[in-house]
Formats: sequence, C-alpha cells, structure tokens
Amino acid sequence: MATATSTTGIRRTLRALLIPSLALLSALLAGAVVMLLSGDDPMAAYSGLFQGAFGDGKGWARTIRKTVPFVLTGLSVALAFKVSLFNIGASGQFVMGSVFAVAVGINFEGLPIFIHLPLALIAGIIGGLLWGAIPGILKVYTGAHEVIVTIMLNYVASLFGGWTVYAGGTQGQTPGPLWDRTAGAISETPDVLLSAQIPWLFGPPYRVHYGIFLALAAAILVWWLIFKTPLGFEMRTVGHNMRAARYAGIRVNFTIILTMALAGALAGLAGAIETLGLNHKFAPEFGGAVGFDGITVALLGQTHPIGVLLAAFMFGALDGGAATMQFVSGVPADIIQIIQALVLAFVAAPLIIRMLFRLRQQTDQDAGSAVSTSWGGT
Amino acid sequence: MTAAQSTQAQQANAGPPKLAVNGITKLFPGVVANRDIDLALHEGEILALLGENGAGKSTLMNIIYGLYQPTEGRILVDGRPVDLHSPRDAIDLGIGMVHQHFQLVPVMTVIDNIMLGSESVDRGLLDRESVSAQINELSERYNMPVDPNAVIEDLPVGVQQRVEILKALYRNADILILDEPTSVLTPQEIEGLFKVMELLRSQGKSIIFITHKLKEVLRIADRIAVLRRGEMVGEADPATVSQEDLAALMVGRKVTLEVEKEAASAGEVLLQIREIEAYTDLGEPALRGVSLDVRAGEIVGVAGVQGNGQTELVEVVTGLRPATAGSVRINNVDMTNAPPRRITEEGAICHVPEDRHMYGMVDAYSVADNLVLSSYYKRPFSSGLTMNEQAIAQHAEELVAQFDVRTPSVRTSGANLSGGNQQKMVVAREFGRPIRLLVAAQPTRGIDVGSIEFIHSQIVAKRDEGVAVLLVSYELDEIMALSDRIAVMFHGQISAILPRSQATREKIGLLMAGVSAEDESPAG
Amino acid sequence: MIVALALVVMAILVNLTPLKEQTWLRVLFGISALNFTLRATVPLVLGALSGILCERSGIINIGIEGMMLAGAFAGFVAKTSTNHWPLAVSLVFSVAVAMAVGGLMGAVHALFSIRFRMDQIISGTVIIILALGTSSYLYNRDAIAEGKFSSIPIPGLAQIPVLGPVLFDNPPITYLALIMVVVVHVGLFYTRWGLRTRAVGEHPRAADTVGINVNRYRYVNTSLGGMLAGLAGAFLVLEAVGQFQEGMTAGRGFISLAAMIFGNWNPIGALGAATLFGYTQALQNELLLAGVTQVPRQFISMLPYVVTIVAVSGLVGRVRPPAAEGKVYETEGSS
Repeated sequence: MATATSTTGIRRTLRALLIPSLALLSALLAGAVVMLLSGDDPMAAYSGLFQGAFGDGKGWARTIRKTVPFVLTGLSVALAFKVSLFNIGASGQFVMGSVFAVAVGINFEGLPIFIHLPLALIAGIIGGLLWGAIPGILKVYTGAHEVIVTIMLNYVASLFGGWTVYAGGTQGQTPGPLWDRTAGAISETPDVLLSAQIPWLFGPPYRVHYGIFLALAAAILVWWLIFKTPLGFEMRTVGHNMRAARYAGIRVNFTIILTMALAGALAGLAGAIETLGLNHKFAPEFGGAVGFDGITVALLGQTHPIGVLLAAFMFGALDGGAATMQFVSGVPADIIQIIQALVLAFVAAPLIIRMLFRLRQQTDQDAGSAVSTSWGGT
Repeated sequence: MTAAQSTQAQQANAGPPKLAVNGITKLFPGVVANRDIDLALHEGEILALLGENGAGKSTLMNIIYGLYQPTEGRILVDGRPVDLHSPRDAIDLGIGMVHQHFQLVPVMTVIDNIMLGSESVDRGLLDRESVSAQINELSERYNMPVDPNAVIEDLPVGVQQRVEILKALYRNADILILDEPTSVLTPQEIEGLFKVMELLRSQGKSIIFITHKLKEVLRIADRIAVLRRGEMVGEADPATVSQEDLAALMVGRKVTLEVEKEAASAGEVLLQIREIEAYTDLGEPALRGVSLDVRAGEIVGVAGVQGNGQTELVEVVTGLRPATAGSVRINNVDMTNAPPRRITEEGAICHVPEDRHMYGMVDAYSVADNLVLSSYYKRPFSSGLTMNEQAIAQHAEELVAQFDVRTPSVRTSGANLSGGNQQKMVVAREFGRPIRLLVAAQPTRGIDVGSIEFIHSQIVAKRDEGVAVLLVSYELDEIMALSDRIAVMFHGQISAILPRSQATREKIGLLMAGVSAEDESPAG
Repeated sequence: MIVALALVVMAILVNLTPLKEQTWLRVLFGISALNFTLRATVPLVLGALSGILCERSGIINIGIEGMMLAGAFAGFVAKTSTNHWPLAVSLVFSVAVAMAVGGLMGAVHALFSIRFRMDQIISGTVIIILALGTSSYLYNRDAIAEGKFSSIPIPGLAQIPVLGPVLFDNPPITYLALIMVVVVHVGLFYTRWGLRTRAVGEHPRAADTVGINVNRYRYVNTSLGGMLAGLAGAFLVLEAVGQFQEGMTAGRGFISLAAMIFGNWNPIGALGAATLFGYTQALQNELLLAGVTQVPRQFISMLPYVVTIVAVSGLVGRVRPPAAEGKVYETEGSS
C-alpha cells in the first residue's frame, strides 16, 4: 500500500514537472530566436547568463539572494489562486511590507535583536496583510473585482511609499515621516538599526542572509495549510466552487478576505526580508517588480508551494545571471523579461506545449482553477 | 387515429421521406452515444422519439441539426444525401430545432433573437420594423401570440418557447425538431403546444418530438421510435401500443410506473415557513409571502413551472438566500436567515440541491472528499488542525457500498462519474447522517430510470422513518408519485395546498398556470 | 454623463464671469483644466472602447495596458524611422503601425484564450508582461521622434466661447476618439455585426445554433479591440507627449477597464466614466502646477487611482457584464 502510493506519487510529481520544464525550455528557445532576430548572439547570452547565475560562489549567492523574494511573492499569488483569486497586488503589498518593516527597523534603538528583528518582520507582515485585506474586503462587500483593485493599490502603495521618504517640496510640503534628515535632497530612509537587520549567513561579498530559511519555512507552512488543514479544505472548496462552499456551510466571505490577507502577508514578508536583510533601508526604487513576477513564478510552479520553490529558484537564476549576461555578451538584460513573459505564456497554456512536443492529453484535469470570473459579480 | 391513417396514406403516395437518417454512429471519447441508427421522417407527420435520459436522443438531433458530426452514416433530405457541417447548413435545408434549454439571449428582445443569424438589413443598419411585421404575421398564422418588442428574460417560459418555434418558422423551417418541449410547461400549456403542433402538421410541416413521457407520446404522435442506450430498439404505433409496453421498450425491462408506499402517518410540524419574502439575484421579488408546514413522516411536494420561486424557497429554508420578511422555524427553533451550517447542524436538515454541479458537489474533488463536503470539519475527519485522510477514505468506502455509487475508487474525481452516480453520491452524503428534515430539489433531474427508482425509494424510506420531506420538482409526475400533500407555487406564492387524494393533474395544472381555485369554481 | 454636464455648466460659469479670478475655481474649472481633462480622457475612452469590443464578444481583456504600450512603442519606432518623410505622412504611417501592432497583440490574446484555452485574465497578464519586456528590450534611448500631431481648429465651431477651445480645437486622434465612441455605439446596437457580437458574448451557444461562427467573432473583435488600444498608444506618443518612455501607459489600460465597467459596457457610458477619470488626472495636474495646496504631491497623484477604486466599488447589482465573459466556447461534439 505504502509503496504503491509512493510510486504513483513519484509519477505524479514527474508529470507535474514535465510541462513547466518544457515551458522553460521553449521560452529559452524562443528567447534565442528573438535575440537572433535583433542581431544578438544567443549562445554568448546564455553562457553569460549561466556563468552569472552559477559560475562561482558570488553567482550562486546572487541567485539565492534573488530567489528569496520570488518564493514569497510566488507563494502569495499561488495561495490566492487556490481560492480562484488573482492577486496582481503582490508588488503593492511588498512595498507596504517594506515600509512597515523599515519604520520599526529604524526606530526603537536599544532593543535586543531577538525582539527587534521579529518585531520588524511582523510589522512587515502586518503591512502586507492589511494591504492585501483591502481588495478582499472590497470584493466581498462591494463586488469590486480584485484584479482592478489590487492594480490600483499597487500605484497607491508605490506613491505612499514614496511619500514616507519624501524629502519635502518647494511649496512648504513637509517631508515624509521616514525620510533620512541627513540625506539632503535624496528620498530615502536612514539605515535599519543593526538590531533589526537579518544576520548574514555568508557575509560580504556574498551577502546571503538567513531570510532564505524564512522563505523555505513559509513554503512548507503554505503547503501544510492548503493540503492538510480543514481551513485549506475550505479555501480549496471556495476556489473550485463557491456555491458548493456556501452549501457546505463554509463562510465564503471570511475565506476570501482571509486568503487575500494571507497572500498580502506573504508579499509583505518578502518586502520586510528584502529591506531588513539586503537593502537595509527603503527608497522608492525598491519597488515591487518582484510582485509582478510572483504571478509567473506561481504559475510556473503550478500553484503548488513546492513547485513555487523550484520556479522561484529558476527565476532567481535568470535574474541573478542577467547583469553578467549583459556585461559579457552585450545583450540587454531586458531580454530576461521577454523570456519570463514567454515562460508565463507557455506554462499558462499547456496546450501550446502539448502541441509543440506532441504530448498526449492527460485524462484527469490539471490542477488550478479558473480565475476569469467576470467583473460585476461577487 | 385519423391522423395516423392520413399519414400512412401520404407515405404510400409520396416519394422519398422528408428526412432520413442512415446508419448513424456517434462516438464520444469512451462512449458510444449513437450506434447504427436508421430513422425516417415523412412530410406532414409527427414522429415521437422516445428514450430515457442518456439514451442518445439529443445527440442524434444535434447531428441532424449540424451541431455534431457523425462518426459514421449519412443524412438525406428529400432523398438527397446532405453534408451538415454547421447549423447554418441545416437551417438552409429547412431544418429548425427548438432546444431543450432555450437558445435565446435573455437580455435581448424577441425581434433581435428571432432575426439573429438571419438579419434583415437596410443600408447597413438592422431593419427591425420589417422583422417585427413578419413576426406578427407568423404568430397570427400559427396562433402563437407574442410581443416582438418584449425582452426575453421578462417573458414566461411558455412564451419563450413560442419565440423559439417562431424563430425556426422565420427561417422557413419545414422540418421541426422539438427537444423535450413539454418539460417546462403546465398540463394546459402542453395541450396548447399540441394544438400548435397539429396546426403545423396540417400545413405540411414535419415534426420530430423528443420526450421521455409516455402519455404525451400516445396523445400526439403519428409514429413512435424508441431509443435505448444509443440504439434504435423499435418502432411502435400509438394506436395499438400500451404505456407499459412502451416503458419496457424504453428501459429494457419491466418498470413499475408507480412508487409503492403506505399512507403517511404525519406527526408534529418540523418545518414551519411563515410569510417568507425574498429576492432573486437580479433584485426582483421571488417570494411574496410564502407559508407552508411540513410534518414529520410526510412528503410535501411543491409543484410549479420552473422560475416561480421554488429555487429561492429552498435556498431560504437552507440558509443560502436571505429572507427579507417572514420566518422559518425548524423543529420549533427560529432559523430565519441563520447561517447554513447552523441550520444543517441544529436543524438536522439535509439538502439535495437542484443542480448538483452548481451546489451539490465539487467536480474536481475525489468521491471521498465530496462525501465529507458538509462534515469535513468534524471528528473523525478533522482533529482541529489537520485532516484525517484515512477516516475520510473509510467513510467513503462505507457510503459508496451502502448507496450503490458505481465508481472505480473513492479517489476518482467526482466529475468522472455518470450523472446518476453523481446524484447517488450527493444523496449518500446527505442521507448518510442522522436527519429529521429532508429538502430535496429536483432529486432525479437528468438521470437514468434505475437511479430514479433508487432515489425515490430512499426518499420514501426516509419518510417512513419519520423524516419530514420537502420535495420540489418541475416534473408533475414525480410530485404526483411521491407526495402526501401538494403545494402549488405560482409567481412567488403558494396558490393552494391539496391532499394528494384531491389533487388531479388538471387541477394542479390550472393552479400552476396561475388560475386560482376561486377563478375556477364558477366555470366548474 | 451627469458629471460631464455639470463640468460643462461650471466651466461656462467660471470662465465667462468674474469668478475666474478665484484661483481655486480656476484650478477646478479653468479652460486649461478642461483641455487637460479631454487629453487625459482620450486614451482612457479608446482603451474602454477596446475593452467593450472584446468583452461584448465574451473575451475579458485585462491586457489593454500591454496593447496600449505596444502600440505606443510601435508608433514611436515607426515615427523615428520615418523622421525624414513629410511630417503628416510619417505621423499617419506611425498611427497605422501602432494600430496594426495593437491589433496583433489583440489577435495573440484571442489565440491564447480561444485556441489554447488559456485563462483570459492570465493571457491578458502575459500580454502586459510581453509588451513591457519587449518595449524595454528593443527601446533605443537615443532615438528621437521629430514632430507630433498639432491642433486642427474646426472653422466656426472653434470660435464658440469655452466649448470652442476645449472641444473644437484639437489634434486629429482626439477627434477620432470621439467619433469612435459614436461608431462603436451605432455598430454595437444597430448593425448585424453588433447584434451578433453581443449574442456571442451573452449566449454563444444560441449564436452557434443559428449558424454564427462564435470564435471568428471573438477573434475579429479582440483584434479590433487591440487596434483601438494601439490607437490609444499612438495618441500618447504621437499626439500627447511626442516621445516614448518606458512604461509610459502608467496604468491607463487598467483605468480604461474601470471606465468600461463603470460605463456598463456601453460606449456612451464609458465616455462619461472616462471623462470622470480624465478629470481627476487633470485635477492632479492643475493642483500640482498651481501650487495652491500643501498636500504632498504623492497624495495628489493617488487621486486617479483612488477614484478608480471607489468607482468600481459599490457597483454590484448596478452593472451587468456580458454573461458568457471569460468562458471558452466549445461545441461539445467537436473533439
């Protein structure tokens, strides 16, 4: 019995890996075609990419460093997907997480690290959680579609973050509350106090911090939550069939708000970890592009937490190697964005991959529930 | 009789049949929907195509209408083989179809729906006036009054059906396929439809009438063809064949047409509904003061044409829709607008929902998970923080055996079961726990006769155990067969409650159409 | 609509009476505020029309932002490569290229959604990311577009006080956008194409059973919608700004979607909603320029986004999207 389950388990896992791997491969090939068409050398680019991502210790460090936020924003989007909610707002939640974390991190001098650091992390989680809860609440009580609300909140969060470090205006506008008074005209916060910084696992020049373990723990926690708890059962039921969930006595509205809040919390944690572990301050340019990439990571990971880990690592490598690629081969690093979009296209339409590689259609439906519900409805 | 004779006479005179189906086979992945079917339709006849749910009637008609392509075989119109690649081809050949689920756009007017696909255009713009005139002419000729400017969703189903027939006639159809046209009508509306069909036949139109109702076949058909499990099993002459023979031909074994049950011994009132009001999703009044009692040990059937508030009534009772006025008491406890879970637990209520795919099950879930859909949070399935997969599987094995749910394993996803087995799965989950009140809405919609018999016997068994049963069905036959008392719903109200012994089809039919007992009495 | 009317009345009052000496009123209703409103409205209304075309046929299009950006970039590339052509020819050519590329993006979205049965919201996201990535990858920062569309006053009408300079003294894409509102409205509700489009979006099976090719209508409409989004992009580059900037659409595609919903999938309604959103952008602009407030600029800049959120909230039950939106249509027997 046990062996039977484990072999089918392995086969299931392999099958689950098939489409994403082929999607990644196809995207790299298509990316090569794009480079050829615009007169760049794909071989040089990809070898530069690989070198940059895995060529030496610093490369590995870069890859891991980039992986951490992808894991968390990927989990954020994936968790929402499980409930048929589309969280395009991870970038705004990331910014709010950063701002909240930095607000705690630059204050409260004298606290010991084992109090200050958790406090700052929790502040980040709360920032993201609140920002994520808003679209959930609006969806439930006003019917506003979370896609539009989360996108608008991304802009609002970015402006809000900008204001907190605003250096002041010419018409007597007061500077933002977190602005570093010693920074002159530069809009940024002071450095996070040492007691709120995430310690290095490998110090400079590698700059890998302990945040990687937080990301791993989050992935396991999300997996357990979704697949092993009654709450996860409720979330998946709402995701598959909202009416059946109501019929089964599940509090659908509560589940939607909670899910969006938790998704926000994960993205907020990503912001907090980036701020406390790596940037050590907040400035408007530390925005949430990783939030948008979270969508691709989540889909490449087939909205499964373990899949998200792998996908985040792939994306970490792509981003980690991009700069070296541009430096070595002269191909603009923006090609990575195209490749990432192609990955998303291929992985979101398994039919393309099946057609390209002449795969048989599986009899049982792939996981993942549709998110395309129309705008006006609840 | 005379009609049948005249058709036979025509058959002898005329050349090839109006429409002929030769050796049609249709395979879907894993299913033979039609196997080697031959069928002929002559000019000016009404051919009834009889078969139970899933027998392949609709598939065959969709092939004739060009919606599906047959795997094998061919179709001849007026003796000539034709290629039907799309409904457009069928329409051009004079074939019209009234689908079981109306193919009308709810937010558009009658004019727009009727001309859709065959628009009348004047200088680039739609010529709605000329279409309107044509509709008026057609509706006068065939005695089917309709307002061309009305919006479909505001019209009663009976009128919507008229629009569907007019839509076919507007396209000059002379072969008409009517797919289960009577399932949404009151007995009197059915009689009206039959009048229209006879009028059409007298003007030379040929009609295929699809149904699973034996009485109707005998009333209207010139000839009967019977389909079973995708195969043509025989033809019958309505003048000579009996209902019992037809039923046996249709199901393949002898069927008991009546549900066997003892007289009810009703106890105390378990469900008390008082002056309930509620709105539809679109914000229109759905319930306008509904009062009803259901006692322990009795089955109260709610009869009525679909869309008269039955769905909303069930939803209010089970907590899925808020009542804006009135009260619901279950077992003498006020449960008005209580959360569904409280109603389920404290009210010891179970609910077989109207549409199993919408409410009753999660298609992607395994049979085991579907069977704990309303109890997943309780011991032993859940111990606070984590779920116990073993207990869930074991529970599933037991229910699957007890309720005869045919599934390869309890891990199979619910979507892969047949309709009848899905419904048995829902029934197993709901009946498989201690209950005092059963709310069953359309418990046998779209499933095979075997499953229907099983579910009916389970409902009667629950009643005999002393459970109070509220049964909602649009099939008058089902209501008549199971109920001890019958409440008729019309326009969001209960227009009458009759003991089964006083309820005749005619009386109920009039009530379903909104003719109240007082209106009726002077005439009768 | 009421908003637009109130705006006109206030504008006439303020601009033709001594009230215009009041700074605040001038900021709120001055000719300049109205001009900016119209300029901000044009891409929004084109985007909303793009959404209407797609969604009325049943395809959800959140990729408008990407189609707009792709159109803007294509228009820019076309303009920079034809700088040596006569200005008018070069501009018209660039608009055509922008629309073609927008239409192509629309066709890709339709292909993903229909042929490859991709979730439509995700497909839209792919379009956005693809447009962002491609335009920054290919963007040559040294390229400069020389010249842009200038105003063409309509003789007679342009002399009407207040209304003249606001409505009848504009560059061509602005006029075109307003004309498109009428064209799409008449098209949707009074032509064969419109009737079929709406049927396909509401009840595809009903359309199929009367012989209408559902997916062909979806392909065509989504591509047309892409072209309108591309035109919006062309407006930004060739009429408003004159140059391309990375990510220059700045959420306009998404605000267009909100305008479409707010306008209940109706072109005239969408124009009203787009005007409201355009006005908030104008207000943001005027407030920043006039320096009449000490509120930090970030909060003023939030205005359009917050107004959008407020607008899409509280619409439940009041708007009704096309019923078949977002769903793949398959004839069951086709496999």
